[in-house]
Amino acid sequence: MKKMLMGLSVSIVITGCTTAAIKTDYGQTMLTLLRSEFISKGPATVERVLSQDEVQKICSEYPVERPEKMATLIQDSQMKTVQYPSDGIYIGDWKNGEKIAQNGRGFQSSDPLGGVNGGNCYACHNITKSEISYGNIGPSLYNYIKAHGSSEQVIKYTWAKIYNSQAYTDCSSMPRFGHSGILNEQQIKDVMALLLDPASPVNQ
Amino acid sequence: MNVFSKIIFTIFVIQMNGYAFAESSSIDEISKYRELLADGNPAELWEMRGEELWKKKIAPKNVSLEQCDLGKGAGVVKGAYVELPRYFSDVNKVMDLEQRLVYCRKTLQGLSHEQAVKVPFGSVGNASDIEALVAYITSESRGMKMNVSNKHPLEKESYEIGKRFFFYRAGTHDFSCATCHSADKKRIRLQELPNLLNKLDAQKTYTTWPAYRVSQGEVRSMQHRLSDCLRQQRFPEPVYASDSMTALIMFLAKNADGGVYDAPALKR
Repeated sequence: MKKMLMGLSVSIVITGCTTAAIKTDYGQTMLTLLRSEFISKGPATVERVLSQDEVQKICSEYPVERPEKMATLIQDSQMKTVQYPSDGIYIGDWKNGEKIAQNGRGFQSSDPLGGVNGGNCYACHNITKSEISYGNIGPSLYNYIKAHGSSEQVIKYTWAKIYNSQAYTDCSSMPRFGHSGILNEQQIKDVMALLLDPASPVNQ
Repeated sequence: MNVFSKIIFTIFVIQMNGYAFAESSSIDEISKYRELLADGNPAELWEMRGEELWKKKIAPKNVSLEQCDLGKGAGVVKGAYVELPRYFSDVNKVMDLEQRLVYCRKTLQGLSHEQAVKVPFGSVGNASDIEALVAYITSESRGMKMNVSNKHPLEKESYEIGKRFFFYRAGTHDFSCATCHSADKKRIRLQELPNLLNKLDAQKTYTTWPAYRVSQGEVRSMQHRLSDCLRQQRFPEPVYASDSMTALIMFLAKNADGGVYDAPALKR
């Protein structure tokens, strides 16, 4: 708890937040309740939601927009977390990528411990023509190559975006799939293939 | 058609139209089914059962809930829900409806805490008395305007805690309530997401819970709605009827101020 309190005060110093002490108190009370009134279940633990990193702290404090300095700080720090594929191969199997994009499981209190996580891409993105049940929180990814090309630059950008979306957009709604350990390297390769393999239905 | 055949017919229609759902807005489809049902929402069965439970004397004290003070005086059910959550001086804290029900079942009826929170959410063959009571009590506020107070310092505090909770991003997926509920006209798959920071959306949403969920065949309370959101948010499980959930409900209820209450409703 002490460590977390320190963390919070650090973030307030960093963010130059000038809110009154009473506001901090509400936040502290909320955290105390979160600690005492929630029960870990399966892969969803109290410890995990209590241990916010600096990015989560800033994004909670400034949900809509934040000073440019802070935005840059997030993007720079998150870009440094990106690990590119160890064997230099970026493109996997689009068919597996499609399964990952459809799968919304992983890290919910109702999911098994150590199960296979999905990316749930369709929850927020239009991806293929055949899947009409898609969300609109993120942009359409249909015809990805046509829209963005498939240069080395685009490939590296796409990898980094999936690995850690906040490397480009501070406080993006998109999970940091690689950085947060939601998808492994092979899974990201497969999702990459869904977007960037010319044979993928995305590009048909 | 009587209520039962309407229900069966509607469920049949909804199943038959599974594919149609995918092609048009699910909200539009639900409106059509609502019209189809007219005054035949299955939630009525929960409301009726809830009223019986409210008036039923039970062990160990052999008293009913009829003297329960939901905020407008002992036994006043009419209009109580549109003023909840609120500060209760007898416990010196803010409570939402479900917390208050637990309190009354314990203090008036003599149930243990464990007994009072048993089966908060029902399933086939395991009906929830709480969901029925909630359906009855909320139905007694139908047509009234949301009018939640934030005058008492503890009400104000509860609202502010709820607000912090709403924006708290955490966990493996970096989700907060706000991730899905702070912009207009967003969807997860085909499910439309209310913007709970937009007054009209907040009113429309809050005033239509609890609801009979066609997909679950049960009346679901606000606590159930929030628990299921938190599950998808990758958060751990909130203890039933806890202060943090009351705070979050306070934030949502206050944002819906002025909205005309119209539940138990009917939802997907």
